[in-house]
Amino acid sequence: MWVLLAIAVVVVGFALRINSMLVVTAAGIVAGLIGGLSPVKILNAFGDGFAGSRSVTVFIVTLPVIGLIERYGLQHQARKLISKLRVLTTGRLLALYMLIRQGTAAVGLTSIGGYAQAVRPLIHPMAAGAAERKYGTLPEKMQEKIKGFAASADTVGVFFGEDIFVAIGSILLITGFVDTTYGLKLEAIDIAVWAIPTGICALLIHGSRLWLLDRTLDKMAAEADADADAEEATR
Amino acid sequence: MIKVEWFYWLCGIFFLLIALQAFNDRSNRKRLGSAAFWGILGLSFCYGTFVVHKQAPAWLLGIAVIGIAALAGAGFPGRGQERTTTPEQRARFADRFGNKLFLPALVIPVVAAIFGAWLAKVKLGNGKLLLESGSATIIGLGVASILALIVGVILFRPKSPAVPLHEGRRLLEHIGWAAILPQMLATLGLLFTASGVGKAVGRVTDHLIPKGSLIAAVALYCIGMAIFTIIMGNAFAAFPVMTAAVGWPLLVQQFHGTPAVVFAVGMLAGFCGTLCTPMAANFNLVPAALLEMKDQYGPIKAQVPTAIPLLACNIVIMYIFAF
Repeated sequence: MWVLLAIAVVVVGFALRINSMLVVTAAGIVAGLIGGLSPVKILNAFGDGFAGSRSVTVFIVTLPVIGLIERYGLQHQARKLISKLRVLTTGRLLALYMLIRQGTAAVGLTSIGGYAQAVRPLIHPMAAGAAERKYGTLPEKMQEKIKGFAASADTVGVFFGEDIFVAIGSILLITGFVDTTYGLKLEAIDIAVWAIPTGICALLIHGSRLWLLDRTLDKMAAEADADADAEEATR
Repeated sequence: MIKVEWFYWLCGIFFLLIALQAFNDRSNRKRLGSAAFWGILGLSFCYGTFVVHKQAPAWLLGIAVIGIAALAGAGFPGRGQERTTTPEQRARFADRFGNKLFLPALVIPVVAAIFGAWLAKVKLGNGKLLLESGSATIIGLGVASILALIVGVILFRPKSPAVPLHEGRRLLEHIGWAAILPQMLATLGLLFTASGVGKAVGRVTDHLIPKGSLIAAVALYCIGMAIFTIIMGNAFAAFPVMTAAVGWPLLVQQFHGTPAVVFAVGMLAGFCGTLCTPMAANFNLVPAALLEMKDQYGPIKAQVPTAIPLLACNIVIMYIFAF
């Protein structure tokens, strides 16, 4: 049971924000030592594990071509397409952004979108702008709600979209780990296909919550008005 | 037969070229350590071929891996000056090329899918498979990237053939050591398994479920993935532990679940945990900071009501499709 201390090393190391590579290496050594492996066996395990899971890192062969299309304006073009959504309400805009984010991530274009590239400069201003058009100046509670949902549209979209693309870390980690550990021969594409049902569920659940955000905002605006009226009356 | 090792060598050579460029890059203050990081990594990729075929000792690679981790811990690799286009140039290019910009990117999944779904089953005259068994997707990805690069070069006509390499380096230096973190986590999983961590967790979870109940075992794997991910902040780190404890011995070996479904959905159950935890700072705290939110847990609060039903969906999907 003492070997569970290795998990504690990971938790404490991540919590203290120590470099993840060091934390992972230390946890591996701790696990090996408590598990009774000799130093040579631990080194062998590191070597065999690394060689056996090289498939996890193969995604880097896509970087030159992704970098090339970025050089020639990929993000600008994506932004141009998204800015055509300006006419939508807050909720519908975020739902549609999530759909686009999930769809592009599923074909490997994870660099379209992101908090720094899209949500802060484009998606959140458009979502907040749509709400301001409808309700006037927004109380802080509503602003916060829109910000939280704008971030979530990106996160949920990319998480449950990218797993449908074969060359993403999580898929390759699964095949790399189980093939090396259990001697299976799994194809990454078979794993990727089984990410589709969950991807659809994520789209339906979070997409409809985003779509219904307009109603929540209606309610919040009405409450804020009522509060303001009440305040007026007591004066 | 097309062998997967060719593509690992392609990766190794890519890393070695990056190392060479980093070494020559005077604008990178950490150029020596960066060159060492990418260089050792590139050599490890090529040397790995001999380790997998048991033609060379694994401990030597083990030392190299710990060396790479130590370099990462010491703050390497660093970034050089970016040699790319300005935002104004990019806007002009975007006007010129329009939606053609998406074309090279779409080549990658399409070609990779053709390899994985169709060419994987094609046999040569001598009855052997055209693509090495269990590696069709990786081979497809390698071929797809080369084809996409050719399409991109024809479309955009960069001034020099070194341009894609520089652009690749720009992205790789942005990612830095995190590029091989997933591979390190897979390695950690192997060490955890060899040391009996999975077995220990398995003994703990044994007490939690009624014997012989499939739905309880499925729920335990999925909920365990989510909880471990919430604790560790990373589904990749949780996966090897929960898989060694429940996923492999119980769901695959005892209940004969289809491995592809069990593991794919198990990982996604972990992602539901990622949505709920401040430990996954990149996804949950960073956007709150970027959007200047008063409540740094705002994004998590928006995500928890999605994560819980989605976790339930994962349990149902695994229960229906894996058994």
